[in-house]
Amino acid sequence: MSAPTAEARPALRHRLAERGVDRTLLLLAPGVVFLVLLFCYPFLYGLQLSFQPKDGGGPLADYRRFFEDAYLRETIWTTLKLAVPAALINCLAAVPVAFRTRRPFRGRRLLTTLLVMPITLGTVLTAEGLLGYLGPNGWLNKILRALGLVDQPVQLVHNYWGVLASLLITGFPFAYLLTLSYLTGIDPSLEQAAATLGAGRLHRFRYITLPLLAPGLAITFCLSFVLAFAVFPSAQLVGDPRGATHVISIEAYQAAFQKFDYPLGSAIAMVMAAVMLAVVVLVLAWRSLLYRGATGGKG
Amino acid sequence: MAADVLTKSRKEQGTSGPTRRNPLRKPATWVAVLVFGFFFLNLAGVVGVPVADSFGTRWFTSWLPEGWTTRWYGEAWREFGLGQVFWTTALVSLLVVAISVVLGVPAAYALARRDFPGHRLVLLLFLLPILVPPLTYGIPLATVLYKFHLAGTLSGVVLANLVPSVPFVVLTMTPFIEQIDPRIEAAARMCGARTSSVLLRVLAPLLVPGILAASVLVLVRTVGMFELTFLTAGPDSQTLVVALYYAVFSAGIRTQQSIDAMAVMYTLSMLVLLVIALRFVNPTQLVTRVREERSRD
Repeated sequence: MSAPTAEARPALRHRLAERGVDRTLLLLAPGVVFLVLLFCYPFLYGLQLSFQPKDGGGPLADYRRFFEDAYLRETIWTTLKLAVPAALINCLAAVPVAFRTRRPFRGRRLLTTLLVMPITLGTVLTAEGLLGYLGPNGWLNKILRALGLVDQPVQLVHNYWGVLASLLITGFPFAYLLTLSYLTGIDPSLEQAAATLGAGRLHRFRYITLPLLAPGLAITFCLSFVLAFAVFPSAQLVGDPRGATHVISIEAYQAAFQKFDYPLGSAIAMVMAAVMLAVVVLVLAWRSLLYRGATGGKG
Repeated sequence: MAADVLTKSRKEQGTSGPTRRNPLRKPATWVAVLVFGFFFLNLAGVVGVPVADSFGTRWFTSWLPEGWTTRWYGEAWREFGLGQVFWTTALVSLLVVAISVVLGVPAAYALARRDFPGHRLVLLLFLLPILVPPLTYGIPLATVLYKFHLAGTLSGVVLANLVPSVPFVVLTMTPFIEQIDPRIEAAARMCGARTSSVLLRVLAPLLVPGILAASVLVLVRTVGMFELTFLTAGPDSQTLVVALYYAVFSAGIRTQQSIDAMAVMYTLSMLVLLVIALRFVNPTQLVTRVREERSRD
């Protein structure tokens, strides 16, 4: 199949082709070169730029500025306080629902279609809708008042809760579809075997499905977390961008493109990447501590 | 699409029908109904409010607007220069789709057909731009584009949007190419076909459905991509999402209704694209691939 046109130096060419290296690999070149230029190079450029502060003061000055200024440093906690609960709620809600819908049923395609909608609608539209829906005169507050649950309208926008709601609306479908793909990858005959041997519904879930799902669940959590951690438009629009939802991405954007301090902006982007990486590594390490064995539930 | 859904669900019901017990007796069903119900109720509210507002004359504290009108759409169109914005959006997305297919499909072919040293490394390179949220690499990327005076122009926006799109095409196409039997190509070569005719007359026709699916998905993602476009767009290279963000963010002089009208136009264009996309692909493919149970039939 690989048919190397071997005339000049057959030996080397054959040996390379044996290991899968031949002219077909040239097809990879444009894509790889493009990504190296526009993905790897900017990242490294940003990394070295972050060590060259605009106002001097040694290579680490911008990082020091970030961690010494309480207002800037707090952005990490603000973001974590939003992203971790959002990712947790999304994953925990997704598991039972995906578990119930793992077998094909009537209308599953319609359901998944409806679920894909919020992902494609994007955060801006969601934010705009939330502003109206959760606002003091919005439908939710009207319903709550009509039911007599509250006297005063509940403040749900321009604070923490609005942003959390927008993260749930965009994040839940994503977590659900990902969990579903992992669950459908688990061989159903394993569960049937357990049922034949007399395991109840709860035992089957606890000892068969959950351990097989654990790797996928860890990855789902990581991806949901990473998505929520980079929250930007909704924190600006439905949140309180100077207070309760002063998230790290707002600060990075403002430093780079409003104050035109590219080194500081890059430094904050690097801190952001580092925190994300730390959480992802932590979750994956925790999972491998809990369960060692064949990961059967790959999607 | 509706017919498709119907026949499909009927088939599935037929295969699993006899073994089914009453689903209402399982606790998981109740949880599922509760979670989905809560989710869709709120989603309906979130989508419904801007839609109602954009057609309303005035809406203060009542349940629904006082009267109905369509004039906000005309006003939004003039006020925000939406003709220009729609044109930019279409141009950017079509360019991104074309270039990412040209760059991505050959790479996907090489990845699917050859197992070479460094295969996993290349795969990781193609995976990272999809997994890392755009804002993280968008800031250094925009900085580099500003350095080369590309940011603020249409080409800058296209380049930035290509970064997640090329890997997306590669990752969608690789499994698709893997399932094409390599013996077909071998047979074509045995019969004397040159590389160019193997590509054009054997592979290309087989790849067309996959390429269509990948392009539609990239189109949807590019039209909806906020972060990268936001970071790299100038005043005359804004796509619809970014224009919408600026309209909401700098609200005050504009009426809320015309902003909502713009949001509804954005939703509608996304919905049209989605419906087109769903003719070609399974909805779950927008996020991941859900395996349908085949062992039962």
